[in-house]
Amino acid sequence: MKKVNAILSAALSLALVASAFAQTRGNAKLAAGAGSTAAPAAAGEVLISNATILTASHGTINNGSILIRNGKIVEVGPNVKAKDANARIIDATGKYVTPGIIDCHSHTGVDGNVNEGSLSVTSMVRIRDVIDPYSPAIYRELAGGTTTANVLHGSANAIDGQNAVVKWKVGKPVDEWIVPDAPQGIKFALGENPKRSNFNVPGARRYPATRMGVEETIREAFIKAKDYKREWREYEARKATDKNAIAPKRDLALDALVEILDGKRMVHSHCYRDDEILMLLNLSDELGFHVQTLQHVLEGYKVANEIAAHKTGGSTFSDWWGYKLEAYDAIPYNAALMTSRGVIVSMNSDSDELARRLYLEAAKAMKYGNVSEEQALRMVTLNPAIQLGIEKRVGSIDVGKDADLVIFSAHPFSVYTVPELTMIEGEVYFDRNEDLKQRDALKREKAELIKRERDQRPGGPRQPRGEKPEEPQPRPNDNER
Amino acid sequence: MKRILFLLSVFGCAALLACLGRETSIVRSVYAQTPQATYAIRNARIVTVTGPIVENGTVVISNGKIAAMGSNVSVPPGATIIDATGLSVYPGMTDGDTEIGLTEIGSVAGSVDTSEIGDNNANIHVDVAIHPDSSHVAVARVNGITTVLTAPRGGLIAGQSAILQLDGWTPREMVLKTPAAMHINWPGGGGRGFGGEFGGQQRSATELRREQETQIENLKKILRDAAAYGDARDARAKDPSLPKQDLDLKLEALVPVVRAQIPVIINVNLERDIKNAIAFATEMKLKAIISGGAEAYKVADQLKAKNIPVIVGPVLRIPVKEDDPYDAAFANAGLLWKAGVKIAFQTGDSSNVRNLPYNAGMAAAFGLPKEEALKAVTIYPAEILGVADRIGSIEQGKLANLIITDGDPLEIRTQIKHVFINGRDIPLTSRHTELYEKYKARP
Repeated sequence: MKKVNAILSAALSLALVASAFAQTRGNAKLAAGAGSTAAPAAAGEVLISNATILTASHGTINNGSILIRNGKIVEVGPNVKAKDANARIIDATGKYVTPGIIDCHSHTGVDGNVNEGSLSVTSMVRIRDVIDPYSPAIYRELAGGTTTANVLHGSANAIDGQNAVVKWKVGKPVDEWIVPDAPQGIKFALGENPKRSNFNVPGARRYPATRMGVEETIREAFIKAKDYKREWREYEARKATDKNAIAPKRDLALDALVEILDGKRMVHSHCYRDDEILMLLNLSDELGFHVQTLQHVLEGYKVANEIAAHKTGGSTFSDWWGYKLEAYDAIPYNAALMTSRGVIVSMNSDSDELARRLYLEAAKAMKYGNVSEEQALRMVTLNPAIQLGIEKRVGSIDVGKDADLVIFSAHPFSVYTVPELTMIEGEVYFDRNEDLKQRDALKREKAELIKRERDQRPGGPRQPRGEKPEEPQPRPNDNER
Repeated sequence: MKRILFLLSVFGCAALLACLGRETSIVRSVYAQTPQATYAIRNARIVTVTGPIVENGTVVISNGKIAAMGSNVSVPPGATIIDATGLSVYPGMTDGDTEIGLTEIGSVAGSVDTSEIGDNNANIHVDVAIHPDSSHVAVARVNGITTVLTAPRGGLIAGQSAILQLDGWTPREMVLKTPAAMHINWPGGGGRGFGGEFGGQQRSATELRREQETQIENLKKILRDAAAYGDARDARAKDPSLPKQDLDLKLEALVPVVRAQIPVIINVNLERDIKNAIAFATEMKLKAIISGGAEAYKVADQLKAKNIPVIVGPVLRIPVKEDDPYDAAFANAGLLWKAGVKIAFQTGDSSNVRNLPYNAGMAAAFGLPKEEALKAVTIYPAEILGVADRIGSIEQGKLANLIITDGDPLEIRTQIKHVFINGRDIPLTSRHTELYEKYKARP
C-alpha cells in the first residue's frame, strides 16, 4: 500500500508539474490539489472593486477598490477605476481584502529533516537549498491567505542554519520564490531544544546541555568569527603589497557569522524563558551584533522593556502553552503586553496547520489584551514584514507595494470567514471557486492514475480490492520498505 | 483463607457495581449538601439552544440549578442581581474528548498521567487521577468551557473516562459522571498510543494489516470473555452452588460495555478503520461512539445507518491524505451533519481546550450551520454522553452551567463576562490572567 501511495504521489506530482505548465499557457485543464488553481499570469491591470479594505497601514476603507498593474498596487481608495479596458475586474462587493498574510516562522516545504543536528553550530547550511515546491502544505497555506514565509532551520543547535524568505508562488520555479531583496537571515536557538532536554539522540551527548553552555557556545563561535574576520582583513591589507600572501582558510560557517557581525545577516532566535532572552540580548551587546527577532519568545512579556530597548522584534504564538516546561509561563496576553511596551510583534505558525489560519490567530490579540483591530492585523502582515526587512515590498495595502492580497468572505477576524482568493504580485494562486470546480475532475484523475498503475504491474492487472476482506497477499517489494 | 478471598471478591464486585451504578447519585448528594447563592440574570438575551431564543429575559439560579428561565420570570427575594443588558446567556460548553486533569506539562513525565502501559487497561478510570488544581482547569473554563470528557489514552483498551465539571475542591466534586465510557484505541490506524497512521514504518503494509487484524480479533475475544464472565457472575449470584470464579477486574469493568450499559468510545480516524470499527461495534452489539473521525465524512451514510455519533476533532488539523481537498478537516463535521449523523466537537487536548469554540466555528465556516455548531459544543455532547438531563441547555431544572458573553461564544473576539458552574459564579482568573496582571504592572 505504501508503495502504491508512493507511486501515486509521484504520479500526482508529475500531473502537478504538467498542470502548472498547462496553466501558464492559459490552458488549465486537470490540476492536482496542490497548486492547482493559479490563474494565467496577470499581464496588465486587475481591479478588485467594492471591498472593505483593511490596509494594515492606514485604516479601513469601506467600499474601496484596489488597482493593480504589473503585479504592483497602483491605486487604493474609494473611487478607483481601471484604466485599461481589458482589465480583469474582481467584484468583491460585501467582501474583505487584507494584505497577504506573512508567517514569520515556518518550516513548510523543507525537504526532509529541518535540523542539521550533528553540531551545535551549523551556520553553513541553507534552507533555500532544500525547499520542496511540491509540498501539499504550501497550497493549503495559500488557501488560508498566507503568501510569504520565513522558512527556518530547526532549533536543535545554538546556532542553526540560514533561512529563506519566500513567497508561495506554486507552479513557478522555486528559485523565483525567494523574495529577491529580503535580507539574509539565520536561526539561533536557546533553552531546552539546543540543550536537548526533551529528546534523545543516539551516541554521545553533545555540548551544550545547559543554558549556561548555550551562551558559551554562541560566545565562542563569535570569538572565532571575529578572529577569522581579522585574519581576512589582515590578509586583504597584506595582499596589496605582498603577492605571496596566503589567504586564510575559507570557513563557510564563520562566513555567515561574520555577515551577522557586519549587519548583513539577521538573527532570528528561538527562545522561551526570560533569562535566556536577556542572556542573548546582553551577549549581542557584548559581541556587537543585533538580534532582529526573538522567535516564540513566550516569556517575552516579562522582559518586554529590555526587548524594546534593543529594537528587537518578537514573533510569538497566539496561545500555545504547556507542551514543555519552558512553555509553562506562556500566556495569550504575550503579544499585547509586548506591543504595549513598544516591541514590534508578529504572530507566527511554526506549523503547516496553523499557517493556514493565521488571520484568526491575529484576532486573539484583540481578545487577550485588547489591542486595536489594525494592530492585530499588523501582527500577521506589516509587523512580520518589518521583522524580515521586506516592509517596503509587502505587508500592507499601499501604493507601490506588491499586490499580495487576500479576499475573505467576511471579516478576517470572524471565525466564520472563508478566504476565497489569494494573489501574489497580482497573480491568483488560490481561488476557492476554481478549487471547488476541479474536485470532481481530480477524483477522476486519481482513479485513472490508480488504474494505470495497476494495469502496468508486472504480471498484469490485479482485481481492485472489494469491500469483502481478502487474504492479504505479499507484494513483490513489500520487504524493501 | 479461601473464604476470606471469596468474601473479598464478593465485596469487590459489590463495591465496583456500586461505583458503576450509583456514582451520579453520590455526586448529586455532595452538591445538595453545599449551599449555593441565588442569582437573577436580568435583561439578557437567552440562547437556550434547545428552545427559542428569549430576547429580553431572566435566568434565576438557585441551589446550583436553573430555577427559572424566560421573559416573565420574577426575581426571588435576596437574589444577587446581574444586569446583562446587551449581553447574552449561553449554556456552558462541553469538550467531548480531552486530557484535562491528567496532564500538566506535556514534556514532563512526572506531570503526565494520560497513558497506562499494557494492551488492556479496562479497569483503570480517570476519576482517581484528576488534579483539581491543574492550571488547565481554570484556563479552559474562563473561556466558557464548563464541562469536559477526560479520557485515558494508553493501550488497545485505554480505560474509563469521566465527565468533569471544571470546578470542585476534589476530583469527586468535579465528576458529573463516571464511568462515562470505555475507550478503545482502534488498532493500527490513527489510534493514540499506536504510532498513528505512519507508525511502524519498518514493517510492510501486509505485516501491519495482519497485526491490525490480530488485534481486532483480540479485542473481540476480550469482549466475549467479558460477556461470559458477566453471565457466570450473575448465575452464581442467583445460585451459590455454582462454581465460583476469580475476580478479574478488567473483565468486570467490561461487563457493562458488552451489555451496552455504558458506551464505548472508539478513537479512530481513517476511512477503512472507521468502517471496520462500525462492523466491530455492530457485531459485538456495543453502544459505540466514534472519537476523532478525521475521515468520518467518507463513511457518513454507514454511521447514520447504525446511528453512531461522532465526537469530531480536532477540526483544526491538516487533511489526512495529501490529495484530500484542502478543507477536508474543516468540512468534515458539516458533511456528517448533512448525512444526519449526530456530532459533537472535541479538542482531544488539554492546553487547547479553550479553543474548542473555534474548532466548532471553523466547521461552521465550511458548511455546518452556525446553530448546529453551537449545539455541537453544548447539547449534542451532553446527549451523546448521556448527561443531557443535567447540562447542555438553558432549561429549568438543569445544572446552572452557563456563561454570560458579549456575543457569539464561537467568535474569537467575544469576551466571556461570567462563568457559572453548578450555580457558582466562577472568578474569571487563571494562571494566565495572574501572570498577565503581574507583568502588566511591571514598571
